[in-house]
Amino acid sequence: MSTPNETRLDSAFTRHVFEGGFADPVMDSQAVFRRVMNALAEPGTIADLAGFVSPPAPLLQATAAILLTLADYDTPVWFEKPENNDDAIGWMSFHTGAPRTADVSRASFAVLEKASPVEAWAKFPIGTSDYPDRSATLILPVASLVGGEPLKLTGPGIETQTMITPVGLPEGFVAAMAENRAAYPLGLDVLLVCGGEAIGLPRTTRIEEA
Amino acid sequence: MYVAVKGGEAAIANAHRLLADRRRGDRDVPALTLAQITGQLALAVDRVMAEGSLYDPDLAAMAVRQSRGDMIEAIFLLRAYRTTLARFGNSRPIDTAKMRIERRVSATYKDIPGGQLLGPTFDYTHRLIDPAMAGDEPVDEPLRRAREDERRAPRVTDILNDEGLIERDVLSDEEPGDLTRDPTAFPADRDVRLQALARGDEGFLLSLGYSTQRGYGRTHPFVGEIRIGLVDVEIDVPELGFAVSLGSVRVTECQMVSQFTGGGEEGAKFTRGYGLVFGQSERKAMAMSLVDRALRAHEFDEQRLAPAQDEEFVLAHCDNVQATGFVEHLKLPHYVDFQAELDLLRTLNTAKAKNDEMREAAE
Amino acid sequence: MTLPEYNFAYLDEQTKRMIRRAILKGIAIPGYQVPFASREMPMPYGWGTGGVQVTAAILGPDDVLKVIDQGADDTTNAVSIRAFFAKTANVATTTKTADATVIQTRHRIPEAPLSAGQVIVYQVPIPEPLRFLEPRETETRVMHGLEEYGLIHVKLYEDIAQHGHIATTYAYPVKVEDRYVMDPSPIPKFDNPKMNGSPALQLFGAGREKRIYALPPFTNVVSLDFEDHPFEVQKFKQPCALCNATGVYLDEVVTDDRGGRMYVCSDTDHCETRREEGHHGAGLPISGAQTAKEDAA
Repeated sequence: MSTPNETRLDSAFTRHVFEGGFADPVMDSQAVFRRVMNALAEPGTIADLAGFVSPPAPLLQATAAILLTLADYDTPVWFEKPENNDDAIGWMSFHTGAPRTADVSRASFAVLEKASPVEAWAKFPIGTSDYPDRSATLILPVASLVGGEPLKLTGPGIETQTMITPVGLPEGFVAAMAENRAAYPLGLDVLLVCGGEAIGLPRTTRIEEA
Repeated sequence: MYVAVKGGEAAIANAHRLLADRRRGDRDVPALTLAQITGQLALAVDRVMAEGSLYDPDLAAMAVRQSRGDMIEAIFLLRAYRTTLARFGNSRPIDTAKMRIERRVSATYKDIPGGQLLGPTFDYTHRLIDPAMAGDEPVDEPLRRAREDERRAPRVTDILNDEGLIERDVLSDEEPGDLTRDPTAFPADRDVRLQALARGDEGFLLSLGYSTQRGYGRTHPFVGEIRIGLVDVEIDVPELGFAVSLGSVRVTECQMVSQFTGGGEEGAKFTRGYGLVFGQSERKAMAMSLVDRALRAHEFDEQRLAPAQDEEFVLAHCDNVQATGFVEHLKLPHYVDFQAELDLLRTLNTAKAKNDEMREAAE
Repeated sequence: MTLPEYNFAYLDEQTKRMIRRAILKGIAIPGYQVPFASREMPMPYGWGTGGVQVTAAILGPDDVLKVIDQGADDTTNAVSIRAFFAKTANVATTTKTADATVIQTRHRIPEAPLSAGQVIVYQVPIPEPLRFLEPRETETRVMHGLEEYGLIHVKLYEDIAQHGHIATTYAYPVKVEDRYVMDPSPIPKFDNPKMNGSPALQLFGAGREKRIYALPPFTNVVSLDFEDHPFEVQKFKQPCALCNATGVYLDEVVTDDRGGRMYVCSDTDHCETRREEGHHGAGLPISGAQTAKEDAA
């Protein structure tokens, strides 16, 4: 069940802030979770998260489905461009109860913009050696999940190697992910999203230009 | 021909049927009503609510009945239900200074404002089994205080506090931790420790508290005050702009005045051990306050040597639902692992026999 | 007074989300024990509350669930957990390993190789592989953080010094992706090799100890050992008396009080499937005299 955020009711939100959540929160969140779980357990596979929610722009269906499935009161969500996401933030708060945080170091989930500058990612929590799980999950939109230059993935979840061909990754993405991999077991986990689809890139995945 | 044992489902169904039969007992005897249990076995209900950490006498009474009087089983039933309940807010801290007091004793002062009040205590009963308990003899109505006697009764620790002789209570608006919602990490804060103790097994805490009195982490305790009674539970409703009462709960509070500390800038002060439990349970509240104080050893630069001072030991083992589960799970099948051990033992013994043979042959 | 009502798969949605997040972290950090706010379940701690919570958090209406305890689908606790999910989640159940999408297990990995898309959920009593060497969580957490695993090697080596063998026969520690030492739950070490590179997703739930951990498919899982004492699994001298299978884990069944024993598959589904395929074993108990002879040989 979603938690209404009463304090926001008085502001200028249009009704689409309240509509477009899961039709069946119990079953839909289970279905989305399994797909996201498989995406992270088998990096490189494309998860279909379309058709579960209709979020206000510019929130993508995939991002929105992930947030509604995983975010709540206990998980601050950071938006890279909150000024462009008034409706999106209102919608997320209404449906999940998750607080929007402006403090990047508290982010459980980060809703990034396309071509998000990777240098800024260093500020996200990557966990501690005692608790490497206390780290952020980045949701990174790309122009397309297929059709671009191939990247070779290896690591847990991949039998030998697999290829992905996303279009529109941020400048320096591969190097940033190599650095992320080097910090293992600390690190960030990334979900590439486009429309209603997602690819999981957990911190264990080695990404190379093929 | 050997046939593997089958029919687990039927065996379980039959076991449950027999259990239901034994629970009900002789059908010619009327079944217990919830009112009988909440009214006449009130302290059992209180313990189930306290360690089940859910204040609901009727549900606790149902659990006592369902568990055939097995307290830990009843606590478990209540916990497993509690865990499914949605949280809709945090109450304001209850104010025990405003308690409607049923019992109040202090061991530190002969008389105190508001007076000492024995209340419904076993303390001075002679433990002779009362023949009246075999029947249903009429019971006299209790005496009631006149309204005007329900004077304001400040807490003894507040009196000491006013004189600057006891460590100050920390006022905090921070949301307290909740070990049922967050995994416990060590070192734990006092709020989480107190929560664990309040839910903890009465017997375990009793023994630990006792151990501190016998020198295993001594804290020189005095019962500043024990008070039992009803307190209001209020919740802030932001839309209304004021707090609304949800009702009242009966609690037992024990403030232990313990080993003084300091002598520096602040001057020497007594320290506190705190116990608060649902219902009427002095034993539990007192044991809790002893253990709370013992667990604060590091705050006062005391050496942590005794079990009662060992936070990880106490917190990891005070929960009777966890403890009973893990102890009792040993009766579940372990034959796969046992087979592995059998195999190893036989291998080791075969190897030894061979060695012995070779040695004998060599000699 | 309101009478109790329960959600799909028993757990409330907030709890499922919290467990789901822990599972995802576990997948991202294979072998690392993610703390989670384990709930009180309607079955005792020790009966598989961790596994049940993990299963409840992942289970959906299209799943087919198999539950085994000691390898068998018909042990009372397996029956009870299966019935719990059939009731609370209205989920289809099976005893066939190949037909299951989710397999919850206590103490065994099925003999039939698991396949891609399957999820196996282990019930774990003590998730900390270092716990019996160091009881304090505060200490073991630092050891994992610093990758300080000398103690566990010392323990295994002490066994060798004392017995000439590594004396750990179940819950045999493994190293995951060359980083975390992990407790595989009390499976016999016979099953350890099945964890390595499995195409199935492996999830571990420890309810009382409040930990979840995971092995994504195709994860590198190595049982700890020494060059001069390589890791070895149990070998049985005789095939299953019912289905004649070799290279499987067997239960020893006491057939009389004169030393009579027989050995049968611990994995009941595997045994039944083989018998349906026409395999059959000697069937009769090995007599006491034979056991004695074999042991002496």
